[in-house]
Amino acid sequence: MIYLELFWAFFQIGLFSFGGGYAAVPLIQHQIVETNHWLEMSQFADLITIAEMTPGPIAVNSATFVGQQIAGLPGAVICTLGCILPSFVIVLALSWLYVKYRSLKTIQGVLTGLRPAVVAMIASAGLSLLLLALFNASLFTVRLSDFRIIEALLFVFCLFLLRKTKIGPIPIIFGSGLVGTLIYVLMGK
Amino acid sequence: MKKQSENAALSHLSDAQIYWKLFWTTLMLSVSTFGGGFVIIGMMKQKFVQQLGWLEDDEMLDMTAIAQSSPGALGVNIAIVVGYRIKKFWGAVVCTLGAVIPPLVIISIISVFYNQFKDNTYIAIALQVMRAGVAAVICDVIIDLAGGVLRTKSLLWIGMMCAAFFATAVFNVSAIVIILVCGAIGLLNVLAEERKEASK
Repeated sequence: MIYLELFWAFFQIGLFSFGGGYAAVPLIQHQIVETNHWLEMSQFADLITIAEMTPGPIAVNSATFVGQQIAGLPGAVICTLGCILPSFVIVLALSWLYVKYRSLKTIQGVLTGLRPAVVAMIASAGLSLLLLALFNASLFTVRLSDFRIIEALLFVFCLFLLRKTKIGPIPIIFGSGLVGTLIYVLMGK
Repeated sequence: MKKQSENAALSHLSDAQIYWKLFWTTLMLSVSTFGGGFVIIGMMKQKFVQQLGWLEDDEMLDMTAIAQSSPGALGVNIAIVVGYRIKKFWGAVVCTLGAVIPPLVIISIISVFYNQFKDNTYIAIALQVMRAGVAAVICDVIIDLAGGVLRTKSLLWIGMMCAAFFATAVFNVSAIVIILVCGAIGLLNVLAEERKEASK
C-alpha cells in the first residue's frame, strides 16, 4: 500500500530530523532515494533547489513534492501529515509541560538560562543570512570582492524602515524582492 | 497579574475570531518565510508580541527553546507551541494547518511546471535580492532580543549569549548541545541562589 509506505517514510524523517533545515537533507535523501527509490538523485537535487526557492521548511516541501510525484494530491497530503505528526505530538507534550510548570522556580531558572542561548542561535542564523544576502557566501567563504552593493543598500533601507516605521516584516520581504528586481532590470544586469 | 494582561488583549475577541486570527497569521507568515525557521520566529515575535500583544518577549524565547528541542521543522514547531499557548489543542491544530498549507499548495503547483520556474531569470533575481529584506527582518529582531539580554546587566547571561553565539556561528555546535548546557547552567544558577537565600 503506497500511501502507508509514504506515510511511514516521512514519519521517520519527521521523527529523526533534529536541528532543522539542512540537517534533514541526508535523512530525506536516505528515505526517498536510497531506501524507497521514489526519486532519482538528479530529481532529488531538483527538489532541494525548489525547496530553497520557495517558502516553508525543507522537510515539508520535500514531503509535498515526493507525495505529488508518486501519488498525486492525496499522496502530498499524506506525506506532509506523516512528516509533521511526530513533531506535533512531541511539541504538544512539551508545551503542555511548559504551560503547567513554567511558574516553578527551578523551571524558571532553566528557562532564564535558555533565553540568552536562543538569542545567540537566532543571531547566528541572522549572520548566515546576512552574509548570504550581501556576499552570497558563508562565514568561511566570504570574500570582500563579492560584496553586493545593491543588496547592501536594500538591507540598510529595509532595516531603517523596520526600526523607524510601523511597516511589518511581510511587506518588507516582498517589497525588497520587487524593488531589488526592478533595480537589476533597470540596470540591465 | 500576568493572567490579566493576557486577557486584556484577547478578551474582546470571540473564540472563532481568535482561531481565525491564529490561522490567518500563521498562514501569512508561512507564505513569507524565505530563509528558514529562525526568520519565522522573528516574524511571529513581531506579530504576536508587538502587534497583537498576545504573548510576551520572554515567552517567545521559551517557546523557541521548546520548538528547537523537538524534532521536525522549526517553523512548524513554533507554530504548534504558539497555537497551544494561546488556544490549547485546537489552537495548535489551527496554527499547524496555517503553517503547512502554504508550502503544500506552492510545491504542488511548482512541481507541475518546475522547469519554467527554475530557469526564469526574474525569479532568480527576486529570490537573491529578497534575501536582503529577510536579513533586515531578522537583524531587526536580533537588535531587540540582544538588547533585552544586555539590559539584564548580568555578566553571566551576557557572557553566555556571546559564548553560545561563537559556538554556533564559528564552531557549528548543534542546537541540542547548546540548549542542554545553557539549561543546566540556568538550573545551577537558580539552585545556588536558593541556597544563598536559605543560608541568610
